Amino acid sequence: MSFLRVDSVAKTFGSLIALRDVSLAVEPGELRAIIGPNGAGKTTFFNLLSGFFVPSAGTIAFDGRDVTRLPAHRRVSLGMARTFQVTEVFPELTVRENVLIAVEVAAGHRLSPWLGRSVRATLRGRVDEVLALAGLGHKAGRPVGELAHGDQRAAEIAMALALRPRLLLLDEPTAGMGDQETYEITRLIRRLHQDAKLTIVLIEHDMRVVFHLADRITVLDQGRVLAEGTPTEIAANEAVQAAYLGKAA
Amino acid sequence: MSAVSLPWPKQLSHRPLWVAVIWLALLAAPYWMPLAGGYTALGTRVLVFGLAAMSLNFLLGFTGVLSFGHAAYFGLGAYGTGLVLKFLAPSTPLALVLGMLLGGVAGALLGALIVRRRGVYFAMVTIAFGQVFYYIAFRWHSVTGGDDGLRGFHRQPVDLGFATIDIVNNTIAFYYFVLGCFAVAVGVMAFLLRSPFGRTLLAIRENERRARYLGIPIEQHIWLAFVVSCLFMALAGGLDALLNNFADPHEIHYSRSGDLVIMAVMGGMRSFWGPLLGAAIFVVLEDYVSSLTQNWMSFIGLLFVVVVLLFPRGFLGFLQQERKV
Repeated sequence: MSFLRVDSVAKTFGSLIALRDVSLAVEPGELRAIIGPNGAGKTTFFNLLSGFFVPSAGTIAFDGRDVTRLPAHRRVSLGMARTFQVTEVFPELTVRENVLIAVEVAAGHRLSPWLGRSVRATLRGRVDEVLALAGLGHKAGRPVGELAHGDQRAAEIAMALALRPRLLLLDEPTAGMGDQETYEITRLIRRLHQDAKLTIVLIEHDMRVVFHLADRITVLDQGRVLAEGTPTEIAANEAVQAAYLGKAA
Repeated sequence: MSAVSLPWPKQLSHRPLWVAVIWLALLAAPYWMPLAGGYTALGTRVLVFGLAAMSLNFLLGFTGVLSFGHAAYFGLGAYGTGLVLKFLAPSTPLALVLGMLLGGVAGALLGALIVRRRGVYFAMVTIAFGQVFYYIAFRWHSVTGGDDGLRGFHRQPVDLGFATIDIVNNTIAFYYFVLGCFAVAVGVMAFLLRSPFGRTLLAIRENERRARYLGIPIEQHIWLAFVVSCLFMALAGGLDALLNNFADPHEIHYSRSGDLVIMAVMGGMRSFWGPLLGAAIFVVLEDYVSSLTQNWMSFIGLLFVVVVLLFPRGFLGFLQQERKV
């Protein structure tokens, strides 16, 4: 049984078919990259995985449990956390507050009017741990909205980590970044994958990042799976090259 | 020399010193207000509308949801309190509590229908429900007194068991009674805002999508904030009814909801105490200017426009601004 199993999902918006018959299986500890030309359906697929949309057909199972119709916040509590293409943070709050909110929610305290001293100490320790993992310890007191783009993205990933996810969904983690920032985020993702042993599914446009990080790659084109394989196999695949270069396959 | 460069501390409202100054000013108000040309009942009115504006701001400033119908819950508190005193039992605390519950229950029921809407739709639905209560108060003459308002009840002395506080004739004692209620309500709201629950509200205000993907069921949390806000709004309404021995249908009209929003925004909706300042300015100006001209509202409107253009974060937000280097 795969960790994340998607069976023949489809998504239509009126007469527009965004995805048809997409299947995919991700094993525990795997880093899977999803690539494809613009309009291939990558973000729609991500929105199905995270519960933003319900598929028009097919099923999604996470850790042996059917989550096809589960609302977003319930998937989060099962251990599926995501980040967004456009960084989504709480801009007026500090980095520490951003992470603290995620830590408190993950610990089941979202409705608590009050916390005991020892609970607060435990949560504070967890916040420090996550901040250190994301490399943000020295910027903890700054409002996230004032940070550079790369650090905002790191803060967003930190919030996802605070949820103790078992599956991390990253939607274009290096979108809109310069080389240095791309390098740092790539290193962070690599650390999460290799040291923290997280299972990660990411959408990415930057092929350097994809080929550097991914165990396996799924290529989407026009709403279907065009190819799947190791980076070496994908690089050699003629259909993939044709789709990217716009030639008739 | 521009005023922006004044060395005001950043988080004015949270500095213990400033909080102490606010409480001292409130505690001593019956003694300094007459010297400044005011009178005790005016101070009580500032507290009542300060509490109303701060309750509204619990939702507007700290959850990021704009209700344009909150006068309805103020009115439910006022009529509930008045009706209990008139028909049920001559007990001020009982009347206040039941009035508060009436507003809270109505807020809980209607809130469940409202919280799925967002932005301007949320505001529209709150106006619509608010107007329903306005017309009920206006038309149901036999119970509410209709256009004349609800009369025929009086606040009763508060019996503490060992002593009785005469809030009926002693306006200063009544001021302190209202201040006590205000302190409890404001204390509960401040406590909630510093809790993990309060932080989820800030999270929703800051970024609803992110909050949802942290695992926060947004609608449930907005609903809870709505109910808390309605409860204290109804308490403010009940206190207003006790102050005037009268419940006024015009206090439920949606234009009154707009006044409450003006108080919150003018004072500073990002700061906890801002709406109290906004309410004080509004109430005092209303009192002073309306004795000079019928068109006092145009002065408030003009002031509001100036504040929004020059100090988008309100008076207190402006005072809190960090010194620009």
